[in-house]
Amino acid sequence: MLRFTLTMATALLATTAIAEEKPVLTVYTYDSFNTEWGPGPAVEKTFEQTCGCDLQFIAAGDGAALLARLRLEGKRTKADVILGLDTNLTEAAAETGLFAPSGIEDVTYDLPLEWDDKMFVPYDWGYFAFVHDKSLTPPTDFRALADSDLKIVIQDPRSSTPGLGLLLWVKAAYGDAASEIWQGLADNIVTVTKGWSESYGMFLEGEADMVLSYTTSPAYHLIGEGDDSKAAAPFSEGHYLQVEVAGIVASSPQQALAQDFLRFMVGDDFQSVIPTTNWMYPAVIPTSGLPEGFDSLTVPDTALLIPAAEAAAARDAALAEWLDALAR
Amino acid sequence: MTRRPAWPGILAALLVLGLSFGTIAAVLWRAEGRFALGPADWAALRFTIVQALLSAAVSVALAVPVARALARRRFIGRGVLVTLMGAPFILPVIVAVLGLVTVFGRNGWVSGLLAMVGLPPLEIYGFQGVVLGHVFFNLPLATRLILQGWLAIPAERFRLAASLGFTSTHVARQLEWPMLRAIVPGAFMVIFLICTTSFAVALTLGGGPRATTVELAIYQAFRFDFDLSRAALLALVQLLLSGTAALLALWVAVPQSLGAGLDRTVDRWDARRPGLRWLDSALIILAATFLLAPLAAIALRGLPGLTALPSEVWGAAWRSIWVALVSVAVTLGLALPMGLSIVALRGRALARGIEAAGYLSIAASPLVLGTGLFLLIFPIADPVALALPVTALINAVMSLPFALRALVPALGEIEAQYGRLADSLGLSGWARLRRLTLPRLRRPLGFAAALAGALSMGDLGVITLFADADAGTLPLLLYRLMGAYRMEQAGAVALILLALSVAMFWMFDRGGRVDADA
Repeated sequence: MLRFTLTMATALLATTAIAEEKPVLTVYTYDSFNTEWGPGPAVEKTFEQTCGCDLQFIAAGDGAALLARLRLEGKRTKADVILGLDTNLTEAAAETGLFAPSGIEDVTYDLPLEWDDKMFVPYDWGYFAFVHDKSLTPPTDFRALADSDLKIVIQDPRSSTPGLGLLLWVKAAYGDAASEIWQGLADNIVTVTKGWSESYGMFLEGEADMVLSYTTSPAYHLIGEGDDSKAAAPFSEGHYLQVEVAGIVASSPQQALAQDFLRFMVGDDFQSVIPTTNWMYPAVIPTSGLPEGFDSLTVPDTALLIPAAEAAAARDAALAEWLDALAR
Repeated sequence: MTRRPAWPGILAALLVLGLSFGTIAAVLWRAEGRFALGPADWAALRFTIVQALLSAAVSVALAVPVARALARRRFIGRGVLVTLMGAPFILPVIVAVLGLVTVFGRNGWVSGLLAMVGLPPLEIYGFQGVVLGHVFFNLPLATRLILQGWLAIPAERFRLAASLGFTSTHVARQLEWPMLRAIVPGAFMVIFLICTTSFAVALTLGGGPRATTVELAIYQAFRFDFDLSRAALLALVQLLLSGTAALLALWVAVPQSLGAGLDRTVDRWDARRPGLRWLDSALIILAATFLLAPLAAIALRGLPGLTALPSEVWGAAWRSIWVALVSVAVTLGLALPMGLSIVALRGRALARGIEAAGYLSIAASPLVLGTGLFLLIFPIADPVALALPVTALINAVMSLPFALRALVPALGEIEAQYGRLADSLGLSGWARLRRLTLPRLRRPLGFAAALAGALSMGDLGVITLFADADAGTLPLLLYRLMGAYRMEQAGAVALILLALSVAMFWMFDRGGRVDADA
């Protein structure tokens, strides 16, 4: 134990020694961003070549956990940038008063919607969708799905980001009829899981015909595994959009450096690694274009998104309907 | 009974209580809000208690015949089987759920067999699934705890019984029933308490929001509403309810005293009838199949990925082993003084208080515990730098109930059998511990260490709230791989984790019974 503590202490000292030479930019992000297969390592390497700084990622669960972490730490946080919130969280995040305006307003985004948020800068986006095996003829909308015998596995909106996405998807598409849709879907839902991983794992085990995921999921199987058997079902109501964003922490002493990072984030070096590491669409299509395989993906006709300001109220009503329909 | 000081045990109990309630207090202190629970919260509490009661009852009811079968049979591979059958208990939740689904799911092995004879697939999602999942996790634990009780009956009793011509019914009434009265309530309570903090198993196998447990309600309060007061209140209500249950179970349990034996091998003359032999074999085979089939599924899924492991695996494995070893040391450092104090103060309310404090920790909400610790540490140190020590501490406290369950009955036995002799010889303090207690405690100590180590290996614990990307443990790496579509690699990591956990369990457990043949 003693040696263990000493090793830790030495490691700490070593980090501090480097930190004294260069300014440190601390970026809080979600778990999967900074793994050896995620965008983190490549981003860190490229940014550090030009910034004259030490870029440090600190990972904390998922987007919602990230915001909770920042709220717990409040103004004393050592985070300079928070990377990994999404459009369902930005309103609550802005309300905390912990974020500063990004100062980045001259970027032309390749998003399916107009971006005018002064505080948060988008870095990638995707559509929620039901992923299935190509041997299956998928339903074309929620009503057809509800009428079918197909089995789906979804995530709980209370503990999962895509789960919340589905909740808002149905709400955005059906409004007051959302409750009726959920009642129709009840017998199609095999089960509801805590997170995306459990659902996706169960789908791959053959427990369900379709799983709630992203339209970009088949790209992983195609590019990462050479397996073209998966597809995302296009729904005629349109698909709910998830835009992932980053923001500058107002209390950070590194405002200029943080802004440099956000600018770097919407540039080619960052954006070109996103498709095959985060498996999402880049917010600004890099000059090299999208990787091969992305052209085969389902592209929805309509993008649905409840505006951030209304998302919170819609969310609570939608959750009550969801619980009412499924918790009988 | 004042010859041995009770304060080390009281101190350990206070530390554990401080951790359980202090973290809730920290969260409450930080909270601003209405401090009220809604109807949905009470529904979650009700569901949590009901499913935990039923899960514990079924686990224990099945464990008694299985433990008896294992206690009175000797066969080749018995030791390995007993070790492997304990493995479900130490699996990370996500791995266990996928293993269960592979075997019992709609598209699982059992449904496949049913389809061959023209029957519809198994329907596990629902209340039955919640119980199935919890029994899968806890049957091994219950079996082991009760098996310990059987093995603690001195061989001389069975010899005497045999010479008096006892049938197995007589043995059951005269020897086994008193032992069960002493052991079963504690085992039941520990499993009940574990099941109260269930979240992913209950939700996934329960088929959806019908199976909303308190921990899920806490998640919702924390993530969805950032309502810290509701999260802390829920955790507090759960802890108080569980504490009451713990005290109740301890009050029901009747400590036994069977008199001294010479620690020799048990031979069961009463169980030599062929009918009983068949019954026991059938029970062992059934239990082994139920517990080992999902493990086999996990192993099969893990094999293909072993060739393409991410480089992070070995660092993560190393950190996991370190955390587990520190956990073992801390668990024993807390459990032994607590156990000694409980036995020294036996019969007094304080003894029950210490014991209940020790059990309470597993009923503490992991999310609130982690958040509370984060709030306590954040103002004085970098929580990220302390991720591993904090994880080891929490894992140790989470293993404490099992360690106490294993140690307290054994310590009571030692005291009952040799206490007076030792007193008359003036054997006290360290010498008594070293010469009398520890040698006789070796088996339960080994078992407690084994459980603590293995549990720590498999537990994701509070590290998710603290960990840095480069300082994760194996379970954290597993979750991260799964979150990035890398199911095959995740499967391989699960297999490695399973192998390391079982190896650690086996080493400690084996070390505790080097010269015993059980």
